[in-house]
Amino acid sequence: MSTVAPTAEPLSAARPSTGLAAMFEHTRYVLGENRVTAFAFALLIVILFAALFGPYVVPYDPLTSDTVMALKPPSAAHWFGTDQLGRDIFSRVVVATRLDAFIAVASVVLVFLMGGLAGIAAGYFGGWTDRIVGRIADTIMAFPLFVLAMGIVAALGNTVQNIVLATAIVNFPLYARVARAEANVRRDAGLVEAARLSGNSDWRILAFQILPNVFPILVVQMSLTMGYAILNAAGLSFIGLGVRPPTPEWGIMVADGAAFMVSGEWWNAFFPGAALMVAVFCFNLLGDGLRDIVDPRRRT
Amino acid sequence: MLTMIGKRLMFAIPSLIGVVIVTFLLTRALPGDPAAYFAGPAATKEAVEQIRKKLGFDKPLIEQFFHYTNDLAHGDLGTSLTTGQPVATEIRNRLPASAELTLLGLVISVAIALPLGVLAATRPGSWIDHLCRITTTAGVSLPVFFTGLVLVYVFYYLLGWSPAPLGRLDVFYSAPPTVTGFYLIDTLIARDFEAFRSALSQLILPAATLAIFSLAPIARMTRASMLSVLASDFVRTARASGLKPSTVIVTYAFRNAMLPVITTLSMVFSFLLGANVLVEKVFAWPGIGSYAVEALISSDFAPVQGFVLTMAVMYVLLNLMIDILYGVIDPRVRLEG
Repeated sequence: MSTVAPTAEPLSAARPSTGLAAMFEHTRYVLGENRVTAFAFALLIVILFAALFGPYVVPYDPLTSDTVMALKPPSAAHWFGTDQLGRDIFSRVVVATRLDAFIAVASVVLVFLMGGLAGIAAGYFGGWTDRIVGRIADTIMAFPLFVLAMGIVAALGNTVQNIVLATAIVNFPLYARVARAEANVRRDAGLVEAARLSGNSDWRILAFQILPNVFPILVVQMSLTMGYAILNAAGLSFIGLGVRPPTPEWGIMVADGAAFMVSGEWWNAFFPGAALMVAVFCFNLLGDGLRDIVDPRRRT
Repeated sequence: MLTMIGKRLMFAIPSLIGVVIVTFLLTRALPGDPAAYFAGPAATKEAVEQIRKKLGFDKPLIEQFFHYTNDLAHGDLGTSLTTGQPVATEIRNRLPASAELTLLGLVISVAIALPLGVLAATRPGSWIDHLCRITTTAGVSLPVFFTGLVLVYVFYYLLGWSPAPLGRLDVFYSAPPTVTGFYLIDTLIARDFEAFRSALSQLILPAATLAIFSLAPIARMTRASMLSVLASDFVRTARASGLKPSTVIVTYAFRNAMLPVITTLSMVFSFLLGANVLVEKVFAWPGIGSYAVEALISSDFAPVQGFVLTMAVMYVLLNLMIDILYGVIDPRVRLEG
């Protein structure tokens, strides 16, 4: 790990003067360089569109049942078929995007705040702060992560908020460790010494010297863990935690459709499961792409 | 060697203490009055009071904690609300089913992932390298319950090759006399080959599901670490000395490339033990995972707590084994210890 943050900017050859144009230019450069990342980016736009506008564009109400149309295979009218209550699966899958994306984003932002900040403080101050953060991270890591998430949701109560919290807690060690290592190598860097000598307080240095340098690496971490966060949340709702029926959510829809898999009505579980897979796949590819840009040495 | 093992054991103790504290705190974090919770919804006020006294909720937190650890030391994990059975007995009875499933899944995944990773690293850019890349990327993106359901649809409904995903043994066979608790081994000991075949055919799909899930990190790490070992000086020297390519790869490169892979196993176990719960639900597998899921649905917390504790203790022990194995394989670690 070098002491100079390999930020994304130096890659773009000619840097336009204004911030927004620079960002646009850089994004275009990155996507042009890497086809797979460009593909993942396109998928992300589809997912974001479904999350934002899904409920307004779907052909059917995701909650209205129509028992005459129950368990019909995919057709022109119902692209993904209908479930046991005659609800349109396509509409439900699209509408569910918002809730699944919300859980993933909220938990990742939450763990970024908890783990990232705790890790930066641990790496910068060392001593007791470091020991306490390290001990918390070790204790969480002593559990199989999904099992710990189950225990947390079972204990704190069966709600969506607790799914977000549990997903954030099990990811805490990853963020804390990355942030700690990055902050630690920078705490005696030239720019930090200079800031300290000119009379900046520790907190000011943390906020204006350390955090901006550690930020890109944490953002990569966020996109790498986003896929895991979605899987974790969907797994919890698959076993009946958090989201309640009839709310459309991918994990619970797969759980609902599971019983029909053995009698051949595959579309019930297949489409929500496939949506889940595509979303996770998209975030994993994006994460890898971002990581290659920000920190090319960790490429495998 | 012994000092190294002793040192590793010492490292495991803080983890175990942490695990016990966390599982203790989880019960005390239950919403509302835990005594009313354990007494059940139909309990009278007196019954709740009685439970409170019995479970020691009227005492200070630290005393409760000692009470809890004392119970644990006596192998008491509490009693299930719904079945009225002691949790510890139930978990002990169901543990072999989960262990058999997880171990077979791990064996299948290692048996596929190691050759795949090695072949991909020795032939970069070939079709097997691409296959390796596709499997590793797809493997981490597939929700494990989804893979399981697709396998059930294909192999049970479409092809009819595998039996219905309902438990460990077909209803026509009776369970073999318990020796190890693993049906595959027990049926062989009882020389009941029909039952062995039935147990195997029930086991193969859930184990394959777990294997597909855990294959990705192992193959990915094998490939990466083989690539870096193959580029190192001692491999170049071995090649220059005219050793056979197979000797270079197997004796020189592979053994050194295994070290990071063994470290990855720790993460793989974390995934496997979690995925195990989901796979058990899909295949109605009578293990500890489905026990915990059933308890979760009926808001019965004692089995969940026992389950979380058992899983965490097993995970700590597995990590300990990985550490020791690492020391056995890598003499440098032994010298430091």
